[in-house]
Amino acid sequence: MKKQNLNLAEMKNEGIENISLEERRSFLKMGLTLTGVFAGGTMLSAVSSVDKVYASAGEYVEKYPYNPHYSMVIHVDRCVDCERCLAACKKTNDVPEYGYRTNILEREVPNAVGQKREFLPVLCNHCNVPQCTRVCPTKATYKDPQNGIVMMNIAKCIGCLTCQLGCPYNARYFSEEKYAVDKCNFCIDTRLSKGEKLTACSAACPAQVRIFGDLAVPDSRVYRSIHQLEKVVWVMRPEAGTKPNVFYTKG
Amino acid sequence: MDGHTKSSRLTLNEIERGITERLLSGTPLYYFAVAVSALLVVAALVAGVHSMIVGHDHVYGVTREVPWGILIATYVFFVVTSTGLCLVSSIGHVFGVESYMPIAKRSVFLSIATILGGFFVIAFEIKLPWRMAIYNVISPNITSNIWWMGTLYGVYLVLMIFEFLFLNLDMHKPAVACGFGGSIAGIAAHSNLGAVFGLLMGREFWHGPYMSIYFIASAMMTGTAIIYFFHHLAYKVNGEKLSQDKPMMESLDVVRRLGILLICVIMFFTVWKMVAGVAGQPGGKYEAVMALINGPYAINFWVFEAGFGLVLPLILFYLSKGKNLTMMFWGSALMIIGIFIMRYDLVIVGQVVPVFHELGVNEYKHLLPYFPSFHEIIITLGGFGVAIFLFLVGEKVFAGHKVESHH
Repeated sequence: MKKQNLNLAEMKNEGIENISLEERRSFLKMGLTLTGVFAGGTMLSAVSSVDKVYASAGEYVEKYPYNPHYSMVIHVDRCVDCERCLAACKKTNDVPEYGYRTNILEREVPNAVGQKREFLPVLCNHCNVPQCTRVCPTKATYKDPQNGIVMMNIAKCIGCLTCQLGCPYNARYFSEEKYAVDKCNFCIDTRLSKGEKLTACSAACPAQVRIFGDLAVPDSRVYRSIHQLEKVVWVMRPEAGTKPNVFYTKG
Repeated sequence: MDGHTKSSRLTLNEIERGITERLLSGTPLYYFAVAVSALLVVAALVAGVHSMIVGHDHVYGVTREVPWGILIATYVFFVVTSTGLCLVSSIGHVFGVESYMPIAKRSVFLSIATILGGFFVIAFEIKLPWRMAIYNVISPNITSNIWWMGTLYGVYLVLMIFEFLFLNLDMHKPAVACGFGGSIAGIAAHSNLGAVFGLLMGREFWHGPYMSIYFIASAMMTGTAIIYFFHHLAYKVNGEKLSQDKPMMESLDVVRRLGILLICVIMFFTVWKMVAGVAGQPGGKYEAVMALINGPYAINFWVFEAGFGLVLPLILFYLSKGKNLTMMFWGSALMIIGIFIMRYDLVIVGQVVPVFHELGVNEYKHLLPYFPSFHEIIITLGGFGVAIFLFLVGEKVFAGHKVESHH
């Protein structure tokens, strides 16, 4: 190996105009990945989210495991807590008063500069590595092999509630009416199977907070929201290793 | 039944007469205890059926965020106890350590009585137990620790019943085989119960291999306390003097020594669990551990878990030198109370830190509340009622679980 003696101080500035697009991209990628790591682990940059969320090898970046691969991208800063999504969900899916399939959490930061409050819609993340389905003793909850939706077969639910504890997103509750655990299923039975393109919450949102779509289609809004470098995209509780299909972003 | 009559050379009529005589030979206090335990079972049945009819969420204290309450804790307590009894008793009659022989029969019987107490409670905890009976069989999920735990405990119960049967028929070899199988099934089932908690990602207080390992050590510790406590009571029930039964006294002394060792093991485990939860303030775990050290569960932890469960029994077991029966009795009684609270804290504290606590949202800034409801407490007491009732009746039916010397 030949040792290179470089004197940085004496080197001529080559300017950035000569750097290839490829190089710029990879540099940006590195920065975003680092940002994701340093932001306390709850935020992930676009690049690292794709890697971490789908697989360590990154093979799903090219090909998603389900088709359609349903996903939701939530634009947090657009949510004003009007709760039309919650009402639409309850009505569409017969959710009782005491329960919910989706909720809006509220974060207040009184000392923040500017905006003091924000809202975080939450729902089942339809994880690629769901814990609820692993822990269920009777396969009452399972991942649909075709579209990846985490489903309930209510006839098999024994009501042990282990799935409720396994879920890192508090997305499940026991329905006394259905005699089973109930949860978001992206309205597959109430809307998608009937030809609708959006979930009830997504369709009801007046501010386009909840963008629902198919990640397996590169032209879809959800695909384009995630496969970009300009805005940070993150998932909830990445440390739980569930590889969610619900993403969060701003702007 | 053939085997029974052959080995003990008694006719069925004689056996029946013997049992009847013994059942009628109790003191007023004995019948009072039988009546109280039976009443607890009946009350729990009423509360349990009522909760099924009106819906668990109306009468239980559990919530969406804290779905497992005192009934799960009680179930865990009973299966911990049963596994411990099975393991400690197996040292003698399965693995051939002579000094453990005298406690074998009663301990095996108690392991059956306690697991039935556990099953009684879980039947009212699970919302749809009849579906469990069907779909555990026809739709098993082999990645589920709950499935393995339930199935293995089913196998365990059958093996323990056969073991007890063979012990009473004096059929040594099949008893050893069942005892060995029961121990394996018990360890597998119990470590799976640990994994039910330990393999939940994102439940930081539980997560990791610790729970499975701790559960086995904790089971044996519980076994020693229960063995002493119920042997002490049994001699009172049967109107005999424990201090005059030399082989039994020696056997219980060995159990006491094992108890001291296991208390030290659990102290060691507990210290490192707490230190690991505080050092570096790991998210989720730190909040839970602090709830125990200096939060709403501090009295549970310091007074009951550490004091009643570990320190006082250690001192009393040590000072008694195996001879002071009162000290041993109180040591084991305090330990049982302490261990029950250990199970309660283990189940509840694992859930009180909300899953979204790190988001800093208004909804989940604080620890989640849970307090057992009236129905839950009655059913819990009913579980104890089942175990104590079976113990009391078993003493008479099986004539004090006498072990005949083979020498």
